[in-house]
Amino acid sequence: MIGPIISSGIVSQAWDNIFALILGMGFGFALESSGFSSSRKIIGTFFGYDFVVVKVFFTAAIVASVGLLYLSYFGLLDFSLLYIQPTFLTSAIVGGIIMGIGFAMGGFCPGTSLAACAVGRIDGMVFFGGMFIGVFLFSESFPIFENMYYSGSQGAKMINSAFGISPELFTFFLVLAAVGMFFGAAWVQKKVKKVEY
Amino acid sequence: MKKIKNDGSFYVNPYLGGVILGTVLLLSFYISGRGLGASGAVKNTIAATVNVVAPQHVEKSAYFSQFAGGDKRPMNNWLVYEVLGVLAGAFFSGIIFNRLKLKVEHSPKITSRRRLIFALLGGLIFGFGSQLARGCTSGAALSGMAVLSLGGYITMVSIFGTAFIAAWIFRKNWI
Repeated sequence: MIGPIISSGIVSQAWDNIFALILGMGFGFALESSGFSSSRKIIGTFFGYDFVVVKVFFTAAIVASVGLLYLSYFGLLDFSLLYIQPTFLTSAIVGGIIMGIGFAMGGFCPGTSLAACAVGRIDGMVFFGGMFIGVFLFSESFPIFENMYYSGSQGAKMINSAFGISPELFTFFLVLAAVGMFFGAAWVQKKVKKVEY
Repeated sequence: MKKIKNDGSFYVNPYLGGVILGTVLLLSFYISGRGLGASGAVKNTIAATVNVVAPQHVEKSAYFSQFAGGDKRPMNNWLVYEVLGVLAGAFFSGIIFNRLKLKVEHSPKITSRRRLIFALLGGLIFGFGSQLARGCTSGAALSGMAVLSLGGYITMVSIFGTAFIAAWIFRKNWI
């Protein structure tokens, strides 16, 4: 079966939301079982006492990137049918900066706050509630940010083409960089004073 | 492989956790042709709520009208179902690893009240930023990186780069 099996019509569209629920369960399980329901474990990355975020995030990124390239190489996946987020330079940078501040203050990102909610962490629930206010405020102030929202449009640009190299070569460098980070994280963690949490 | 914590709960090895997460993400692309997300479900829930309370407001809003109003059904959305799954999957993990407990997690040096105020503000700011960047750590950064999206990489570097600096500014809340 050549994927994506829903977009290419192999499996009926009606199944899409059912798969969404099942995939979400896998996502939630992966987050919680790795320790992402704990804000103090997550935030450890930024102080060097626990690099679980770096390890899980970059392992997932390389597994998915390499997996997609292999599926595509063996003719099992039509890469052109995948949704690739369009790139808007200004809003990607400014939005990322704003999210970084929220991350350091709240100790969660949206997905991890959901994992925290599910196991009864009240700080996770409050963070999740705060997101609703933030999203609503964005919508209400959208006219102010509209220009920024649409500026720097690059279309569905891929990072390897920005560097002028093939997707395979870029992914190879990504894997090398990730493995380098894993060793770096292990080295830093040994030097940093343990934090009990 | 498993690390025993003081409270008796277990975390899986982070690299195994990453392989599980990456495999789920890969399956998401293989099945539905798209990545995982989280903040999008919040956006759709709000758009749907505002559409019920004040439909004229949605029509007038240049932002909400993209997702709600007219024939659009913001709650019958892939991400909304996916997020319900996230809650169920995390709850299941909490049961088997013995982590279900109603509590405020915070550094012993700060009060629960201070922790909750910062959690609220953090959520608010993160929610705002996720709309500007068209997605959060999962939808924009992780899923974007998997398909080598330039924007995904820029958002990832921007989030983590800023968080390293901002964490140092707010360090008294954490260490």
